[in-house]
Formats: sequence, structure tokens, C-alpha cells
Amino acid sequence: MNSKDAEELLERAEALYRDHRLQSVREWKRRSGGLAVGYLPIYIPRELLHAQGVLPVGLMGGGDDLEVIRGDSYYQSYICHLPRSTLELGLNGSLDCLDGMIFPAICDVIRNMSGMWKMLFPDKLVRYLDLPQNFDREIGGKFYRRQLEELSQDMVALGARPLEEESLRRSMAIYNENRRLVRELWELRREEPWKVPASEFYLILRAGLVLAVEEHSRMLENYRMHVHADPGRKPMDQARVLVTGCFCEQPPLGFIKTLERAGCYIVEDDLVQIHRWFHRDIPLEGDPLENCIAAFLEDAVASPTRYIGDQEKGRELVERARRSGAEGVLFCAPSFCDPALLDQPMLVAAVEKAGIQWTGFKYTENLGQFQVIREQAGTFADSIRLWSGV
Amino acid sequence: MAGQEAGASAHKDPSQLRQKQMLAEYFTRLAQAPETGGRCAYTFVPGNLTELLLSFDVLPVLPEINALQSGMRGKSRDYIALAEKLGHSEDVCTYVKCDIGMLKSGNIGPTGQRIPAPSLLLLSYTGCFTFVKWFELLREQYRCPAVMLHVPYQGDGRITASMRSYVVDQLRKRVIPALEQVTGKAYDEERLRELLARSAAAENDFSWILEAAKNIPSPIDAYFGGVYYISPIFTAFRGTPEAVSYYRELRAEVEERLRLKKGPVTPKGELGRERYRVVVEGPPNWTSFWQFWEMFAEEGAVVVASSYTKVGGIYENGFRHDPSRPLESLAEYCMGCYTNLNLPTRTAMLARYLQEYRADGFLVNSVKSCDSFSAGQLLILREVENRTGKPGGFIESDLVDPRYFSAANVKNRLESYFQMIEQKRRREGIS
Repeated sequence: MNSKDAEELLERAEALYRDHRLQSVREWKRRSGGLAVGYLPIYIPRELLHAQGVLPVGLMGGGDDLEVIRGDSYYQSYICHLPRSTLELGLNGSLDCLDGMIFPAICDVIRNMSGMWKMLFPDKLVRYLDLPQNFDREIGGKFYRRQLEELSQDMVALGARPLEEESLRRSMAIYNENRRLVRELWELRREEPWKVPASEFYLILRAGLVLAVEEHSRMLENYRMHVHADPGRKPMDQARVLVTGCFCEQPPLGFIKTLERAGCYIVEDDLVQIHRWFHRDIPLEGDPLENCIAAFLEDAVASPTRYIGDQEKGRELVERARRSGAEGVLFCAPSFCDPALLDQPMLVAAVEKAGIQWTGFKYTENLGQFQVIREQAGTFADSIRLWSGV
Repeated sequence: MAGQEAGASAHKDPSQLRQKQMLAEYFTRLAQAPETGGRCAYTFVPGNLTELLLSFDVLPVLPEINALQSGMRGKSRDYIALAEKLGHSEDVCTYVKCDIGMLKSGNIGPTGQRIPAPSLLLLSYTGCFTFVKWFELLREQYRCPAVMLHVPYQGDGRITASMRSYVVDQLRKRVIPALEQVTGKAYDEERLRELLARSAAAENDFSWILEAAKNIPSPIDAYFGGVYYISPIFTAFRGTPEAVSYYRELRAEVEERLRLKKGPVTPKGELGRERYRVVVEGPPNWTSFWQFWEMFAEEGAVVVASSYTKVGGIYENGFRHDPSRPLESLAEYCMGCYTNLNLPTRTAMLARYLQEYRADGFLVNSVKSCDSFSAGQLLILREVENRTGKPGGFIESDLVDPRYFSAANVKNRLESYFQMIEQKRRREGIS
């Protein structure tokens, strides 16, 4: 892959990121004749939809280049921004190519939004996916299985093919491969962050929300080839940081670039978390649906949207910081994000106990002023580079 | 659920005084628990398992109630400030911050007595995601056993067999074993049945009381007054003989008011002419509770139905705790609370209230702290207006953060709202 190809690849990824009207999804539907179903962050079992020939389309709000007018009229000032922009996109017809919407259990705002969608778009399929908070296979697993069976039946009712074991197994293998490619880049970024700038990697991951998984995997492979081949990617004197709290409403691309320009290598983060929801591949042997369930129950990341029962709060964050060699943690949460902000005091305590430096910001997806962020992140990066270990 | 000191000068019904006494005795029992060997479990109001806890002789402690009591007693401002100083965001639920601040200030309850540390944190995750984080935070502080009951949301507006068995499985395999371990007692289903039978008796009377507001004039205020009526049944008393007799007496009191065609008792005494009948969505503001109520009373406005009085459970559809199927019945109760209903169901319910209670309008009190209630309220408002043709009004405040209650602003909005109803009546030729 030459540098022109790489440039085109990144341009395509950015175009997909800014394509609120989902042209790529419309084209996919035209080509394949298949169904496309949208989902809100953070996690849904995409393998199931894929196995039934449905394109799962991840929606993460409207970013910083969508003017929100009607969406705002449905929400009070103290509600986060993502539901406003998502509603705006629904109301202005941008999402009309979607045959249905899945609202996974994240927080009360997204949960209630599932009902709003039912009222505002009565002709569309709306499914609230109640992800279990009991992680015992015999209890939560049984409930989750029924949730997934109902989801699968919903797809059939829309016109998708029924879920079959073999096709599910094939889809799981395809998604395992996709996640493996993401993990490889993730590890490369940890080891040589100058080769995989977070602002580029983020766009590549966002593309995976709207592209067919097979096409996204090719994009990941091409990007990996490019970063390995590009001699221009040289190390700089940057502080290694972990960015956490941004798992649902995403910061604008300019925010991520600002952190990098302020002297931070983002070596670990929560952005577009669905690609790394599981630590390992989902096994293919045995009952594939049961394996998807077990992976969700037993192998998922310690997301703030999951009840942490026996484990110590913040342990996984500290482990991630250590594993990635992060020298500092940036708590970056969207304004009014309950899961992130309620978690933060516990995570801060864990990080402090581990002797890791931290700082915190809040943002909205349409944030336009980065100067303050740049100054704060720059000071933080300087403090790590100049004073850590003193 | 209402506090005592802030409204000490207000006129009170005999039932309110009785309730005050019940609460005082309960807090005394709690305070004495460390000496008497009693145990308590911290848990939440929506979908609470009071009967199950009482069957193990465990007293429930409800942090939301402590927070609202702190709000009514003028203590929440300092508690919230303390929690924010400790790193809790200004954006999040003030109940949580008030509770954390109270804990850090010695955990002194509304009667001035110390609330004991929990023997168990029973996290009934019903209708509010914040509950999950709240108890993760408390667990860090108390380092005591915690058990989670995940109550599925009625996303499709109904309870399925899978949802029911999920809750029952958790009760059998998680909650009951945790209670057995903490108390050293075996699960006694017969005792639970007895408690549930008493719950059903109280629920019959409670349901009748709320529906008494369908009469004109309404003998009760189903929001501000309703806060008192729901207190025993949604907190530590459901299933007890005290609750049964409280609701029997309250019903007799309401029956008498009905016979005499009297309106509700407000902070300023008996309401004279009932001028406006409204349905209210959302919890009240607690820091200015009495002032807020007076704003309605001064206008002759009575709240004839409210969603807040359904936050701990809904009985108007015939649900009663059923001793013949104890765990299934508890599961259905948990899943049936108001904030566990999807938006279309909530909207339909509120529109129905406007018709059935012959209300003049619909008001939303949108509280900053509670996304579970608030997210979607503006759509509910539009829909209810569209379906009923009745005017809707919108007020913003908070649960226990006094910084978010602007009395002049709220009063101004309410006055304008009632004028709007008046104008509509004139246009329609109704006096």
C-alpha cells in the first residue's frame, strides 16, 4: 500500500465518520438487498444479525458537524448530547434507511429513548435489549438467551432469514477475525504509538460501525500494512496516556487530535468500545449462541454500564494502565453521562492508590473550543514528561 | 415520605400524625439495632422487597428516603457540597451525593439518630440505572456483603414469562441465600405469605384512597398529600399490621371527607374551592416542598393523580401481592413500578388519568437529578396534550439540591399555567 492509498483509506474512513445520511449503508442495501438495523452504544451481539443477513449499523450521535434543532426540543438542558443528535438524525430522515433500531441497556436516557423511538417512528422495529446484570449462566444467561432469541425473531419478522447454528458460527468466526485485527493494531499502538495515532485509529474503528464486517476487516489489514510500511512515522517525546469515560457519546475528532497535539500518545482508550468488548475470541465449538452468551457474561470489559459484583472497582482500569504502559490517566466523560461520572470517584481512587497520575475533562460531542483542553492536557503531559519519577 | 421539621407549622391530618409516629418508631428501632442485635439492609424504594426482608427480621433502610428527608430538613445543601468536594460531579443525581455527604457526616438520620451500617446492600435495580452506581459507591464505603437483583425493564410494555422467571431465579438463588447468610435464618415461606397477605389488604385500601380523587371535589391531593399516603406502603411497613391499620384509618378519614364534600388538607389548612384539577408527572422538589405545595393551594389547585405515587408500585390495574405465589408476585411487583414502564405505557397512563380524574390539565415537574423520570418527559407532554386536548405545563427543579429550585420562577410559571386553563375555560364557555 503506497502513501496515496493510505491517504485515500483515511479519507474514506473520515467520510464515513461524517456521513450522517448513511450513504454507505444505503449502497450496501442496494447491492445486497439485505436489511440494516441501527444500534445505540455500547454493545450488541452483531454476530447474530450478521448470521441472519442483517447489517448492524452503529450510531454514535451526530458529532460536531450536525446542527441539532428538533432533537434539542425533546430534551432538557441536563440531558447528555447524544440522544439529541440521534433524534435529530431520525427526524430529519438521515436514518430512514434503517429497518429497525436496537437500544441496548446503557443508562436511563438511552432506555427511555427506546420508548420515544416507538412513539416517534411507529412503523419501525424498536427493540430494547435488556443486557443482564446477573452474570451466572443459569440465571442471567438463561434470560439473555431469551432476549437474543426474541431479537432474532424480530429480524425474521422484518424479513431476514432465520438464525441457524452454522451461519452463526461462520459469523462469529468473521467477527473474531475482525476483533483480532483490531487487537493487533491496539497492541501495535501500545508498543509504538507513533505508528498508530489515536485520531487515525479512531476513524478506522468508527468505519467499522457502518461497513460490512468483511469490508472493515480489509480496511484494518490495509491500514496495518500502511503503518508498518510508512517510514514517516517516527517517535516523538510524548506522554503515554489512557483515556477513559468516553464509551458512549464520543468526543469530536478535534478533541482527540487536540490531546495528541498537546503532547499525549493515547495508548489505551474506551472509544468505540464494541470492537474490544471481549478480551478473547468467542469459541466456535459447541452451541454458538451459548458461546456468545458466555462471552458476554464472562469475558466482557468492566464497562461502567455493568454491575461490578465481586471485583474491586477500578481494578481493570489500573491493569489496563499498567499493561499499556500508560503514564497517566485522562478521565474524559461526556457532560451528564451518569455511568461515566458516577463511576469516576471510584476509578480515581483506584488510580490514585496505584500511584498513577490523572486529570479530568468533560466534553460534549459538538464541542468546538479546544484551547482549554489543549492547555490542560499539555500541562498534564508536561508534568508526566518532566516531573514523573522526581 | 415527608419530613417533619420543615413543615412543623403546617396543618396535618390525623393520618399524617400517625405516620409521623410510625416513622419515629422505625428510626428508633433502626438506631437501636446495634445494641439489640437487629440487622438492616440498605435497598431502594422502586421494587422493594420489604416483605422478604421483614420475613428475615431485617429492617429496610432506603437511602432515597434519607436523602429526601435531608432535603426537607435543609441539610442536603451541605451534604451535596461535601460530596462534590470529594469528587462527585455536579452533573449527577443529587440523591446519591446527599447520601454520600450524609454518610461522611456521621450518617445521622431524620430523627437525629445514627443510622446503622448495613448488614447487607440489597441492590434492587428497578427502573433506575443510577441505583447500580449508588450501591457500588456505598459498597466501597461499607465493605459489607452486596447482592444484586436485576429487574428487567418493560421495554415492550409487558412482562414476559422469561422476565418473571429471571427475577424469581435471582430471588431464589441470590437474594434469599444472601439473606440466609447474613441473618443465619432459613427462608420461611409461610411467614412471607403472611406478610404478603397483609400487604394485599393494605394495598386494597391504598388503591381506593388514590382513586377517591376521581370525585369532585377531590378529598385528597394525590401528589403533595400523596407523598404521605405512599410512605408506609412503599417503605418499611408494607406487610406489617401497622400498615394495614394505617390504611384502614386513612381510608375512613378520606371517606368522611368525601361524605362531607371536603377538599384536601393543605399546609394552610383545608382547601376551600377546588378551582383546578391537575395531573402531575415527576417527583416533587423536597427542599421547598411546603412552599411548592402552597403555590398550588393558593391557586385552588388540587393534584388529582400523579406518577410519583406510582414510583413504588402500581395497584390501579389490579395488582396485589399474592401470598399463593410469593416470589412470582414479588417479581411482578418489582417489574410493575412506574419508572420500569416504557414511555408509550407511561404516556397512555397519564392521558388516561386526565380523562378518568376529570383533570383540567397536565403538569410536568422535571427534576434535574432523575433521568429515569425526566428523559422523554417533553415528548410525553406533547403526546398527552395531543391526546387529551388539555393544556400541559412544564416546571424544572431538582430533588434535593436547593440550587435548582427557583421559587419566583416556579410560581410565575404556575400562575401563567393556571391562567391558561382559565382562558381555555372561558373560550369553551365553562365557568
